Amino acid sequence: MTKQILFLQGNDVCVEAAIYAGVNFFAGYPITPATEIVERLAEQLPRKGGKFIQMEDEIASMCAIIGASLTGMKSMTATSGPGFSLKQEAIGYAVMAEIPCVIVNVQRGGPSTGMPTCVSQGDVMQARWGTHGDHAIITMTASNHQDVFATTVEAFNLAETYRTPVILLFDEVIGHMRERLIMPEPGEIPLIERLRTSVKEGTDYHPYLPRDDGRLPMSDFGGVHRFNVTGLVHDMWGFPSNNPNIAHGLMRHLVDKIENHVSEIAKVKEYYLDDADGILISYGSPARSARHVVENRRKRGIRLGLLELQTLWPFPAEKVRDLCSKAKYILVVELNMGQIMQEVKKAVEDPGKVFLANKIDGTFISPTDIRNIIRLIQGKGV
Amino acid sequence: MAVRDYIRERFMPHIWCPGCGHGIVMNTLIRAVENLGLRKNDIIMVSGIGCSARITGYLDFHTLHTLHGRALAFATGVKLGRPDLHIIVPMGDGDATAIGGNHFIHAARRNIDMTAIIMNNRIYGMTGGQYSPLSGYGRMATTAPYGNIDQAFDIVELAWSAGATFVARTTTYHAHDMVTILEKAIVHKGFSVVEVLSQCPTYYGRKNKLGDAVEMMKSYQKGTTPIGSNAKKQNPDLVERGIFVQEEKPEYCTEYEKIIQKVKGEKQR
Amino acid sequence: MTISGESLKATSQKKSSKNKIFIEIRRDWCKGCGICVAFCPKKVLELDEHEKSSISNPEACTQCGFCELHCPDMAIELILIQEGTK
Ligand SMILES: Cc1ncc(C[n+]2csc(CCOP(=O)(O)OP(=O)(O)O)c2C)c(N)n1
Ligand code: SF4
Ligand code: SF4
Ligand code: SF4
Repeated sequence: MTKQILFLQGNDVCVEAAIYAGVNFFAGYPITPATEIVERLAEQLPRKGGKFIQMEDEIASMCAIIGASLTGMKSMTATSGPGFSLKQEAIGYAVMAEIPCVIVNVQRGGPSTGMPTCVSQGDVMQARWGTHGDHAIITMTASNHQDVFATTVEAFNLAETYRTPVILLFDEVIGHMRERLIMPEPGEIPLIERLRTSVKEGTDYHPYLPRDDGRLPMSDFGGVHRFNVTGLVHDMWGFPSNNPNIAHGLMRHLVDKIENHVSEIAKVKEYYLDDADGILISYGSPARSARHVVENRRKRGIRLGLLELQTLWPFPAEKVRDLCSKAKYILVVELNMGQIMQEVKKAVEDPGKVFLANKIDGTFISPTDIRNIIRLIQGKGV
Repeated sequence: MAVRDYIRERFMPHIWCPGCGHGIVMNTLIRAVENLGLRKNDIIMVSGIGCSARITGYLDFHTLHTLHGRALAFATGVKLGRPDLHIIVPMGDGDATAIGGNHFIHAARRNIDMTAIIMNNRIYGMTGGQYSPLSGYGRMATTAPYGNIDQAFDIVELAWSAGATFVARTTTYHAHDMVTILEKAIVHKGFSVVEVLSQCPTYYGRKNKLGDAVEMMKSYQKGTTPIGSNAKKQNPDLVERGIFVQEEKPEYCTEYEKIIQKVKGEKQR
Repeated sequence: MTISGESLKATSQKKSSKNKIFIEIRRDWCKGCGICVAFCPKKVLELDEHEKSSISNPEACTQCGFCELHCPDMAIELILIQEGTK
């Protein structure tokens, strides 16, 4: 069978992937540059028997997907900066109450209304720390449409595996760029379905008692088990508790279930790293330019490599340290003022050899931009 | 079933202050559910944050305790996931009409099938007595130490004009009426709003020198009158209670189901 | 149903039928707000020295149900006992 080849915008690819992953509930509010996701799902979901609702704002959209997910639906929302800010309180709720859901943020320039039609990666730290309180979160990104597809499916898989919100941090260039997509066949990418409890009706069910492997079997809300769900610190039945031991245990569980699985969760792509003197670290659309530079230099025998991050949070610090241990310099290429560069500095042995190639003017970073910075770095004798 | 069978007894006595009207709403709601013969598994209760919102912890339904003001937004997702179940959304007046005001009017506009119970004590109880959009001009609150200059909403008018298809008002003194109204609200297919005047003796009562719970309930007895009564004509200051709106309009989940049926078979582009 | 703490029971005879009514007050749930006492049309209830509702005049009870429905703490239950089942 020949594979179906589509030519689509990144936003459309994200929708196709979500449908492939089995999304059957979407709530959202239009915002540039994520609107195409909202529109396409409005059209596609009812065809598949799923449900779409345009809510009154992004807060409501986030809350609605949490409610729907609890009842057993694979749920998702999509937005950009201003809407992402509005969702933060409810994202924290999904973290605390351990409700699987996927949040797409097609990044644009900020702060505030910023540059609605321009590219940026300014929300990396907001994805990590946007909601209040200590917590862990999963955030992924992609630099091309094949990866947008795979990453979106993976986001649903991770949300179900770890019972957590997963953030897909795309950017305006990826969202609006048109590119080829080889449509994966059904079954080609494995899907992880929700782990449901085997506890029988009428038996005491503990919605918040993790199994030995840390996973929490769910019971569809409104089904055979009656339980309580709250954003307050809660015991294994989901009832509020002020007990310091319970609070401590819950906080550790919420963070450990993700941070202790960095190696399983976090994905990177490695290009020519084995012998690289200089390593570019990039993600999202800038990784395209970075890769271009690397391929080009390699043709001339220059030992440059690229480490493309596909998972931003939890940050794969150990992997970055190992892969960069022999590099003379590391250049982080991103469209913000160094949000991932700071993480790289924390991760590597010598933060002095970490540099930044960035743009914050709403334009795309070109291979020439990157080459110019490399020249500057080399002028410093590194 | 005995009334206590609906309560999660291990959490009793509840956290509400002596004489708090929210307890009477809970008491009454249980009886409405019992009279309707609903099973505990038939009901999903979604609340926000506030003294009122703590009701979800005590009732043995499927219970979802969410964020301040957002209960209706969560409930919308829940209802689309389980359109077959009864959704009851108890809220405080601040919860429903201040921080949650936007969700409130839009849920009403959509006419999505759920029952919003607004436990209106005209103050922020949980945070200690700040004024709410229902406190009223000239009333006292910790954040209105010189008297409140905010005008109040009329929840009935608000719900009505926003499109709710069942709108009623009652008080904790009129608990017998409340049982009947809640029964009708729960079975009504569409967005139902029941405003309950519910005393907060601890803050609203004390700040405004209205006496204890008993005195406040007496003021509900004397200060309200059935819709369209002669008393209202003589004394326009009386607050009307009863069912203001009860009408049939297309319900959101039913309409969405129709869309699914319509487009499911259609050819893809 | 488990009842923790002391629960006071008193009987009152319904005049018009052969049914018996128990008024049960769960003292550990009662917060002494006085709503039942103030609104009982027959002055059946009073607050005792511990500020808990107690039954002082059971014979007068007409089983109107006001106290049961208006108790914010669900501390009052009217229990109907059919004659012959006891
Ligand atoms: C986003 C947010 N803002 C503020 C609060 C603090 N807060 C908790 S309850 C409440 C008001 C409660 O008043 P109301 O909704 O009228 O309910 P009541 O307690 O009177 O029953 C406030 C302001 C919060 N929890 N979340
Ligand atoms: S503060 Fe007011 S609303 Fe809150 S429990 Fe006490 S009386 Fe009730
Ligand atoms: S109404 Fe209830 S809580 Fe109040 S005094 Fe009577 S029994 Fe006690
Ligand atoms: S049932 Fe009526 S008469 Fe009897 S004690 Fe209660 S309020 Fe009084």
